[in-house]
Amino acid sequence: MENRILLSCRDASLGYENEPLLEHLSFSVAPGDYVCVVGENGSGKSTLLKSLLGLLRPLAGEIDCPAQRAMELGYLPQQTAAQRDFPATVEEVVLSGFLNARTHRFFYTAAQRSAALMHMGKLGVLELRRRCYRELSGGQQQRVLLCRALCAAKELLILDEPVTGLDPAAAQDLYKTLRYLNEQEHLAILMVTHDMPAALREAKNILHVGKGSWFYGTVAEYLASPVGKRFGGERR
Amino acid sequence: MKLLLSMFAYPFIVRAFAVGALVSLCAALLGVPLVLKRYSMIGDGLSHVSFGALAVAVACGFAPLYFSIPVVVLAAFFLLRIAENHRVSADAAIAVLSASALAIGIIVTSLTTGMTTDVDSYMFGSILAMDRTDVVLSVTLAAAVLVLFIWFYHALFAVTFDESFSRATGVRVGRYKTLLSLLTALTVVLGMRMMGAMLISSLIIFPALSAMRVFRSFRAVVFCAGTLSVVCFCLGLTASYLLSTPVGASVVLCDLAAFLICCVIGRK
Repeated sequence: MENRILLSCRDASLGYENEPLLEHLSFSVAPGDYVCVVGENGSGKSTLLKSLLGLLRPLAGEIDCPAQRAMELGYLPQQTAAQRDFPATVEEVVLSGFLNARTHRFFYTAAQRSAALMHMGKLGVLELRRRCYRELSGGQQQRVLLCRALCAAKELLILDEPVTGLDPAAAQDLYKTLRYLNEQEHLAILMVTHDMPAALREAKNILHVGKGSWFYGTVAEYLASPVGKRFGGERR
Repeated sequence: MKLLLSMFAYPFIVRAFAVGALVSLCAALLGVPLVLKRYSMIGDGLSHVSFGALAVAVACGFAPLYFSIPVVVLAAFFLLRIAENHRVSADAAIAVLSASALAIGIIVTSLTTGMTTDVDSYMFGSILAMDRTDVVLSVTLAAAVLVLFIWFYHALFAVTFDESFSRATGVRVGRYKTLLSLLTALTVVLGMRMMGAMLISSLIIFPALSAMRVFRSFRAVVFCAGTLSVVCFCLGLTASYLLSTPVGASVVLCDLAAFLICCVIGRK
């Protein structure tokens, strides 16, 4: 059971139009993993994310995401400008997480509604559920989007710079929630982040991507590696 | 009151009511996702393209609706592509396309029939534009737009709110955007001859904007936009009958009034 793989990259080259940003990338995510993806701007983090989500084909090699095929992948994207003034209640946003290619019905089922309520309770946004999404604070909005991701995810959660724009307290809150989900609910987490101290503190594994090269290993291995010494050390 | 009742004695007014109410309902519903996705310009671009198509159809002697529907649907796909492509500036590209379509329409008309009242009625709408077959076709298409919109309501919400999330969870985003542009194209073609090419896009944009001022949930916004749009259309048509003003412009002014009222309500 524990040998199951949720997401795997085998010798993959990623990039646009035959200009690979990353080459021969191999790593995999298993249930219960907590991976932070770090690297400088322009090093290919967003390209990697797009490829992992299946929005961009790898130039070579193979990316396989059984979790996505099984509809058990949740994703927390960066917020877009259009969302900031979107008229929708928290409940509407959270419920939309249940939508995927397989199910199509006009009403959400009672089970889906109660699951949504449960997720909202877990993340402390239950009392906000009738509120308008655009009136919430940045931290609250992020929690709501996390709730929606949980509705879609049973096994793997992918996050794209989730603390961008959050104040330190809200960011710590979010990390705490993620740790809870990872440890108590055994949800695998893959997070792209710029927050190096948090990545080293929270993650079990680090995937470092730099121009043309990459490193994947545990936090201790990363800190001992040349790139980790340079990149992780100076930020501490 | 008597005057209002006498209005329904004219079959063309009854037809205008039936088609107009349905088209404004469709336009308002589609307008909500379009405005939220920042695609308002697409509606405007489509109306110009449909003017061009209509002018060409009349000049060549084609049946106007049968010719302009495919042309406008094609244009809708094209405009959506432009809007998605971030490398070219989308608003400029759409402006160029709509101006070109308008120019083609005007040149074709002036070379063939000349600038007649026909052209005027395409530009600014005419209540007399609907004959019986048009009514049947319009009602059928409008019903199809409504059914599809209701059927795909949740998916349209999800895709409108967050495309990348939907894509990641396996929703076929492209399909829904295609659907949205297809439905918009149909609505624009149907509404254009009554409302006028210059004014039809207001039917898409105004109700959504007004409803967003007042309401805070997506469902309430959709409901309110639909209702508001139909009410404004009926008021506008009545006003145009009573005051002998052009239909399209009267409806737009009603929409504007509703928008201002909504702004005041929303302030509180």
